[in-house]
Order: sequence, then structure tokens, then C-alpha cells
Amino acid sequence: MIEVRDVSLEYDTPQGKVRAVERAGFSARESEFVCLIGPSGCGKTTLLNMIAGFFAPTEGEIRVNGAAVSGQGLDRGIVFQDFAQLFPWRTALGNVAFGLEMKGVAKEERERIAREQLRLVKLEKFADSYPHHLSGGMQQRVAIARALAYNPRVLLMDEPFAALDALTRDEMQRLLAEVWRETKKTVIYVTHNVAEAVYLADRVIVMTPHPGRIRAEVPIRLSRPRDPLSVEFLEHQKELLRHLTQKEEAR
Amino acid sequence: MRALISIALFAVLYEAVARSGWFAPALVPTLPAIAARLYDMLADGSMANHAMNTLYRVFAGLALAAVFGLVLGFLMARYRAVERFFMPLVSAFMPIPSLAWAPIFILWFGLGNVATILIVFYAASFPMLLNTWTGARAVNPLWLRAAGSMGASGPALFWKVVVPGASPFIITGLRLAFQRAWIAVVGAEMLAASDFGLGWVIFDAKEFLNADIMLSSLVMIGAIGFIFERVVFGTLEKTTVLRWGMVRTAKA
Repeated sequence: MIEVRDVSLEYDTPQGKVRAVERAGFSARESEFVCLIGPSGCGKTTLLNMIAGFFAPTEGEIRVNGAAVSGQGLDRGIVFQDFAQLFPWRTALGNVAFGLEMKGVAKEERERIAREQLRLVKLEKFADSYPHHLSGGMQQRVAIARALAYNPRVLLMDEPFAALDALTRDEMQRLLAEVWRETKKTVIYVTHNVAEAVYLADRVIVMTPHPGRIRAEVPIRLSRPRDPLSVEFLEHQKELLRHLTQKEEAR
Repeated sequence: MRALISIALFAVLYEAVARSGWFAPALVPTLPAIAARLYDMLADGSMANHAMNTLYRVFAGLALAAVFGLVLGFLMARYRAVERFFMPLVSAFMPIPSLAWAPIFILWFGLGNVATILIVFYAASFPMLLNTWTGARAVNPLWLRAAGSMGASGPALFWKVVVPGASPFIITGLRLAFQRAWIAVVGAEMLAASDFGLGWVIFDAKEFLNADIMLSSLVMIGAIGFIFERVVFGTLEKTTVLRWGMVRTAKA
């Protein structure tokens, strides 16, 4: 479970202090899929990076499973948008086994687990391929398997499918929904894609920029697997879009 | 194969010049004359002896330079204070040609292997150092973040992420260092070696106007350098950074 309490982040620029995140607060229950959505510059990635422990908030507190976050930890797996996140000098299997290696798991055991994880993302046939021989979608699947392999309770995802073509993205979303159903992880998923958020999330946190603020929380209570062409699905998209554009009108 | 064609064409050109009669045959011997001399020197084992001496000096100097360059390069990339302290020294020492140190080293250490190896070391250190330093700083920050979130830190992070991440630079550094070392050793042997080595052979043969011996030695120097560049470093690159897709071969 994740709690973000009154978190703000300020940083210095030559033009003075900038508030990237302003008193953001939300929580995610165990095994809940939460999407952070908003336009560029709304602080969603910054907020995710603080949950990941890459840097600390200026104010406020973040707790993961009851413990205050101070730095990176094996309780949180992370997947980035950039395909280059994989280690090019390791095979798909070697990449997935990395976290277990760091944990000190014996070679045979970690390769067994890594193969299992690759099967979960349907890449068992490519265990011995190097990342540069895999397509973008496959690389992102390896990255997901890698983040899950050492069994963190939380999975943090920063627009993992944003750089993929639309068809591959749809496929990846279906696969991720499946992986999530099987692994029961708590997921915080950053996106700027409304349809993606409605397809994946139990709850969507809407953020707006300048400064980055949480504007609304929208629960998505559609049964899974979801049908992106259903009326209810489109209703939810409309609702999210309304929250996202409200700010523009207010300005 | 293409390499052979380039070399054959060059050989034909040289032979034409040698046979043209523009120069004295003693000064520009024909290829068969050089080949005969080279064969003699190979057959009596003297060439192998010289080559082994030269290789020993190159690899002793290169090994020292690699250790020095890797250690200091990584430290400079990791610690600001180390970088601040050593960078001005590097900038000051780097432009000095390694051979300019030869007389001083001979004065300090006498003629022989110590002075020669030090000159090689000096020549090879800078490419190794600068490439390691740059390579370590060019490691993709995403790899470090990903590794960090998977619990990697300290020595594990260094050996399993920073070193392989910097490997394209390190391998290029090693390659440049070998080139520099190979160039430096021949010069160093002319000045500082007392009786063996490919460079010494050239210098010694000059006294007796033996152009064929000099050219035989040059062929040997070129051949060994070629083999290391193509076979040793070529293979090293193919089995690592090329295989990993961290560098690519040029398109046709």
C-alpha cells in the first residue's frame, strides 16, 4: 500500500524557484491499479520518481507498505518509457535475472525464476536474445519482467508504452492487464493517454500543471477485461477529459 | 580479403619504384631482396628474438598504462575532488611527446627495459585514461537508476553496470593505447634499448647502410601491429560491444 501525503517539490532554476509538485496527496491500496494522468509538465513523472526514491520531496511524506521512502528499494519495481533502460550487454534472461543476482539468489534458481517471468510476458523463446535484437514492444515486456522478477510488492511504471505504435500499445495494455491480474501487484502507472488510463486503472488521479496539482480522483468501476468501444468506457474517457480541460478554462 | 587487395596493390607500386632505377638498389631494395633478408632473419631466430623483446616491452608498458588509466579514469569520473586534482596534471603532461622523456629516463634508469617500458607506459596512459573517464561519465543514467532500484550498489553496481556500460569507450581506449604504445616502443628502442628489439634493429642497421634489414624490421613491425589491430582488438569488439549492439558496423 502506498500513501502520498501533502507532497511538494521545489527546485531552483536560473529564473528562480519552480514548484513542480504542489501538495499532492493520494493513496493506493494493496493490489490496486492507479493511473496518474495529466499533460506534460504536470509533475506526474516527478511524483512517480519520488515514490521510486530517486529524490526526496521538499515537503510532505511518502510511505510504502508503512515505511517512509528514503531512497530506492527492492519493494518497488520500476519500468521507464525509454527502451534503452535494458542492459544491452545482457540477454533478456540476464536482464530479468539482474535483481535476483543482486539479492544473492543462486544462479540456477534465478534463471528458473527469470524464465518464469519471461513466460508471463510471452517472451520465453527470446530468453537468450540481446535487447538490440528485440522490437520496442518486446524490450518493454522484458523491462516489465525484470521489474517483477525480484517480486516487489509495488510496480511503478512511467509511460512504458508511450513510444510504441498504437497497435502494439493496445496489445501491451492487454498483456499488462493480464500480468497484473496474475501477480496482484500494486501499480502506479503514469500516462497522458486517457483511453489507456480507463482501460487499465481501478482509479485515475488527474493532475494539472503550473504548479503540478491533483485535480480529481476518478474511480473506474468497469468489469474486466474492458471493452474500449462500450458506452461506459467512452463515458469515463469524457469525464477524464473534462477534468483535464477544466484547468485550461479556469486560467 | 579486401585488406589483401589493398596491400598487394601497394606492394606492386613499391616494386615498380624499386626497379625503376631512380634510386640505388642498396637504398631501395626490391621486395624479393627484402623477403630474402626477412626469411634469413626469421630462419635463424634473430627476428623472433627481437620481436619477442619488443612485444614484452609493449605489453609491460601497455599493462601498466591500462591499470593506471582504468583506475584513475574511474576515480576521476566518480569523485569530483580526484577529477579536480588530476585534470590540470593530465592537461600539462599529455602534450609532452613520450619520446621527449627518453633522455631523462635513460639518465635515471640507464639503457634497457626500464626506460623503454616507461616510455611506452607514458605514451599509452593518456588514451586509456581519457577514454575510461569519458566512458564512465557516458554511462546511461537509466541503467544506473534501473540497477539502483534492483538493489545494486557499490562494487556490484560498478562491475556489473558501470564497467560494461563504459566498455565501448574502454575498448577504443585500449585500441588507441596499443597504437600509441607500438609507435612509442620502436622509437624508445632506438634510443634506450641496448641490443634487442625491432626498433633497435632499424637503428643498428642504419650504421651499416643495411636498408634491407631496416625494411625487414619495418615489415615485421607493420605485420604485428596489423595482426593486433585486426585480430585481437577486432575480435574483442565483435564478441562484446558489437554483439551487444552498443556500437554498430557502418552501413554499406
